[in-house]
Amino acid sequence: MTERDGFTRTGPGHLNLGQAGPRAASPGLAVEASGLAKSYRDVRVLAGVDLRVPAGTVFALLGPNGAGKTTTVRILATLVRADDGVARVAGFDVRRDRSQVRRTISLTGQFAALDEMQTGTENLRMMGRLSGLSRTAARQRASELLGQFELTKAAGRRVATYSGGLRRRLDIAASLVGGPSVIFLDEPSTGLDPQSRLAMWRVIEGLAASGVTIFLTTQYLEEADRLAGRIAVLDAGQIIAEGTAAELKRKVAAQRLDLTAASRAAFERLVRHFRGALVHQDDVSLTLGVPTEGDAAEVRALLDQADPDRSLIAGFTVHSASLDDVFLTLTDSAN
Amino acid sequence: MSDALIMAGRSLRLSARSPEALLTALMLPVMLMVVFVYLFGGAVDIGTKYVNYVAPGVLLLCAVTGAATTAVTVCQDMAGGIIDRFRSLDVSGPAVLAGHVTASLLRNFVSTLLVIAVALGIGFRPHSSVGAFAAALGVLLLFVAAASWFAAAFGLLVRAPEAANSAMFFLMFFCYASSAFVPVRTMPTWLRGFAAHQPATPVTETIRGLLLGHSHPLPLGAALAWCLGIGLVSMGSAAVLFRRRTA
Repeated sequence: MTERDGFTRTGPGHLNLGQAGPRAASPGLAVEASGLAKSYRDVRVLAGVDLRVPAGTVFALLGPNGAGKTTTVRILATLVRADDGVARVAGFDVRRDRSQVRRTISLTGQFAALDEMQTGTENLRMMGRLSGLSRTAARQRASELLGQFELTKAAGRRVATYSGGLRRRLDIAASLVGGPSVIFLDEPSTGLDPQSRLAMWRVIEGLAASGVTIFLTTQYLEEADRLAGRIAVLDAGQIIAEGTAAELKRKVAAQRLDLTAASRAAFERLVRHFRGALVHQDDVSLTLGVPTEGDAAEVRALLDQADPDRSLIAGFTVHSASLDDVFLTLTDSAN
Repeated sequence: MSDALIMAGRSLRLSARSPEALLTALMLPVMLMVVFVYLFGGAVDIGTKYVNYVAPGVLLLCAVTGAATTAVTVCQDMAGGIIDRFRSLDVSGPAVLAGHVTASLLRNFVSTLLVIAVALGIGFRPHSSVGAFAAALGVLLLFVAAASWFAAAFGLLVRAPEAANSAMFFLMFFCYASSAFVPVRTMPTWLRGFAAHQPATPVTETIRGLLLGHSHPLPLGAALAWCLGIGLVSMGSAAVLFRRRTA
């Protein structure tokens, strides 16, 4: 099977990637920000945010409502001016080189940026014309994107008749008419039903595979985990943790073991036993939660150590760590 | 510039699909003309045929109601997510606004022709040369441009499209309290000073004079000065307001 061997091992593409060619040597940063600060009147939304996103990667900014995710994205997309700090997108300064940044990026916000009374095709053609394409090129680009996002069937209908998932997909397609190399997606799956969310994830994975840089914000650990190579956790306007999904999970554990105590006395003994490890504690329902990797051996060991006589724990559940758990763990370790 | 034209095309397409905008642009002019001539006309005695007196006034009233829709469309754009998309496509604020104003001019051009056609149908008899007619149309469209820029600034100032709609009442008030429908001399004394010297009166008098071939001198200078003044101040305010809204 020389043909297969030659293809997989000595193909020119593979060889080039291994060598220190110009492409491999300077991957470059798509987004670089330091000390971003922003206040609205007396409310400090961002208190010094630093970010570094290598080109061609998927980056997730994870945080609860009000953490400052949207403000961060809007500053990077040149729509809002930071009070302090500097940011460069694709090498351009967001303040000084606004037009160049805008020509390089796309932004899809939480609210669809589409004309309800125009059809899908009309929206895409208009965006194409506004991003400088000729009439013919805009028409071609529109039908290309409609096909790519499986919107051809809905293309002739007015956006007002679209479902939430369809609308979000057209919105992303519309943001791509100009062929951006850095794509900002602000909470791309918020408000979508589970099926549409899955479809959205596949769209984002498809974009990522095309080699562009994707900067997304989300409230869901699961979403960041699935889509992003690196994740930064934003809380109250500050980055409180950053790393790969695996690194973050090592800090917070992917699963949570919830124990229900047999009695109040048992509850108190369990609380004393776990002390610093607790990520959840409810004095009324007598439940407490500890991080775990979730495999049977570890859970069994945890139960045995906490309750050697098998009298304190009445029941247990294991479930995926929620964003709350991540925050509790991270803010605990920060204090 | 080309962005403004694309935006104007968009705005026209959207108004062609919006029942309210169509109603304002096409039905209202016809209705107003009929109401003034047949319902009020019988009670108004000003010495000449009332339809000849009031047709220019109705032209002006339709122009301001048409221009006022600019406030609503601008406000809707600002309230929705689409303005962010335009900005991230590097479309400038003035281009977005100029698109709305251009569309307003074209909409009003069509409804003006419609009003004139209806007026002619119910007895309006202008005595005007082609040049004077064109001049009247020019003054009216300049007034529409000024009122549209004013409405655009108003639409940027208020947050809700419903509130933006009140630009129409504000502009209509100026039409009613002018010589558009009744001569200023028939108004109560305390109102005359205002009515004679506010922008709608010289604009109406100029258009009426040009259409009816009046021989006495027309307040053309005052009309042009008002239109240019309102237009430029509104344009400047709109630019500042846009920058403030998107800071």
